[in-house]
Amino acid sequence: MKLFLGIDVGSVSTNIVVIDSNGQLLDKLYIRSRGNPVGSVQQGLATVLKTLKGHEIAGVGTTGSGRQLIGTLVGADLIKNEITAHAVACLNLVPDVQTIIEIGGQDSKLILIRDGIVSDFAMNTVCAAGTGSFLDQQAARLNMDIGQLGDMAAQGEHPVRIAGRCAVFAESDMIHKQQMGHKIEDILAGLCRALVRNFLSNLGKGREIKAPVIFQGGVAANHGIRLAFEEALGFPLIIPEHYDVMGALGVALLARDKMLISEQPSAFKGMEIVDSAIETSSFDCDSCANQCEVIELRQEGVLIACLGDRCGKWSNRVHFSHGVRETVQVG
Amino acid sequence: MLKVTFPHIGNSYIPFRTLLMELGVEPVIPPPITQRTISLGTQIAPEFACFPLKINLGNYIETMEKGAEMILMAGGVGPCRFGYYGEVQREILQDAGYEIDFLVLEAPKTHPRELWEKIKRIFPCHQPHDLIRALRKAWIKADLLDQFDRLANHVRARELKRGQVSQLQARFYHQLDQAVLLDEIQRVARQFMEELKDVPTRKDEQPLRVRLVGEIYMVLEPNVNFHIERVLGEMGVDVERTIYFTDWVKDTLLKSIYDPNWRAQMLAVARPYLKNFVGGHGLETVAHTVEAGVNRYDGVIQLAPFTCMPEIVAMQALPAVSQDLDIPYLTLIIDEHAAEAGIMTRLEAFIDLLSYQRNSRGGGKTREVVSGY
Repeated sequence: MKLFLGIDVGSVSTNIVVIDSNGQLLDKLYIRSRGNPVGSVQQGLATVLKTLKGHEIAGVGTTGSGRQLIGTLVGADLIKNEITAHAVACLNLVPDVQTIIEIGGQDSKLILIRDGIVSDFAMNTVCAAGTGSFLDQQAARLNMDIGQLGDMAAQGEHPVRIAGRCAVFAESDMIHKQQMGHKIEDILAGLCRALVRNFLSNLGKGREIKAPVIFQGGVAANHGIRLAFEEALGFPLIIPEHYDVMGALGVALLARDKMLISEQPSAFKGMEIVDSAIETSSFDCDSCANQCEVIELRQEGVLIACLGDRCGKWSNRVHFSHGVRETVQVG
Repeated sequence: MLKVTFPHIGNSYIPFRTLLMELGVEPVIPPPITQRTISLGTQIAPEFACFPLKINLGNYIETMEKGAEMILMAGGVGPCRFGYYGEVQREILQDAGYEIDFLVLEAPKTHPRELWEKIKRIFPCHQPHDLIRALRKAWIKADLLDQFDRLANHVRARELKRGQVSQLQARFYHQLDQAVLLDEIQRVARQFMEELKDVPTRKDEQPLRVRLVGEIYMVLEPNVNFHIERVLGEMGVDVERTIYFTDWVKDTLLKSIYDPNWRAQMLAVARPYLKNFVGGHGLETVAHTVEAGVNRYDGVIQLAPFTCMPEIVAMQALPAVSQDLDIPYLTLIIDEHAAEAGIMTRLEAFIDLLSYQRNSRGGGKTREVVSGY
């Protein structure tokens, strides 16, 4: 059977999905990256490939902020930005979807879809208030599980007002409200409302949010946030079954489409990635004033890719030295 | 010889070098804008000043390290804060303990005599024929650069070998910068225009057409706009920049003197959405977006520095333009905190959006967006 992989390397988690040529999801994996995207991809691929022995991997796509690095590492057939990937996954699931709200580890996105194609999108800019990382941090501060935080927020009956404009101020506001003696459920419910308000005013600016709305990304598991959104918008949200891996699913679907049309063999490197030692290192190129931060990717000591240079001086070098063990560290 | 410097804006350092040399002073060109320039500038600038002001300051500090003794800066009037940059920067440098002369050149609309006195004092070659020769030579260089860049954006979207046009452009800049005699300048320009026209291109695609609008500094300076023209071009997008240095000089400096109504057409085009000149390039941004919609461009990208008042005003008008004329737009706000990864993700997603829309309308074939640039 021909199978297709989608890998989403995000700020907080690395997600891998496996689909067949009908787009059916066969396997999914959600791993916390813990600052080690390469390691988590190796670990994830090891798990996935073990269960897939005997099947052909006919296409691989990568997305997320680590798409370039991981795409080069695994030999991806397609490298796509996460906005397009999310939109494709949603359209595949709910063809008449009009709006997608995606809240992940450090990104939040609003994608508007009209007539089956993306018509507009917005991403949070400088502030990460309201994203998964902030909620994680608050859960840790209150000494509770992240899942518990959402459930407690959903139980709040009289949400207190929290300033959600900035993560630091929101936190000090929460502490203040705790010390005033408010119930923790009400504070958390208030926090969820504040974050939703923040999302809608920052990203929703002048944009019409029409139903059906899909809510996805790691934060979609949070009942408190979901309720706050439904209250603010006035209609229910759709939370897809695989809300946490939609980016990976989208890029797998894109890889499938591309490979089925092109009928080329996949560039995927397979098990070789899992078993070998992968190292990354970086240096500042000082050939010109741009001072690009160049990343070198080595597999078993052999340079397989250079990323990050604008002029191509280092990335072109890889084509010449491919497969040859280098003795001199350049840079 | 007096060592004179000026802040960077795009490739204008090439004509400015010529101008200063012809006027008998020694030009000190600021090093290309890097992270260091930006951090030097932001250290002494107010946090909410617009981004170009901070970069200018960084340029000044880096040129003072190279021995510059005088700074030339343009001034102006109008709602945009740029008009007062020169004065503010002079004070900031003074407060920070730098000692340097400052010459703010204003459009000779109100005090032509004052301007003349300043010029006479500073430049050794200030006879009318010197001035005319210097200005003419600098203008020819500026004009040739803009001609080349216009065509380069068009060819880059179609080049077979990615990066070829950008390499050619870099060589052209270098050689034009070196050329001193008029004959030499013309020969270099002719040679490179020929080479540019001969770059092998693909003929089977109709690249997406995107207009670049916004604040002049962000549009013109590749080192702060993340080389947006090159990035988009190498994704296979035909970028039409709406602001060129020579156009700006022609309109804002010259036309404003003899034709007080020179903005009339722009006002008429933007009329349903913006009724006033709001300073900077705010009106232009709206007018150019309307034109893009009417002329069926695929999309518009607006560049603005953080806290830029005219562009913020324009931004409020764009959703209505976009909806009425069915033209997608993307606003990128840039300052010292802008991260390259975020900008690239938005650009890629926007270009995806445009090519899906083109395909769903049954338009011409576009290239698959290559990620990772």
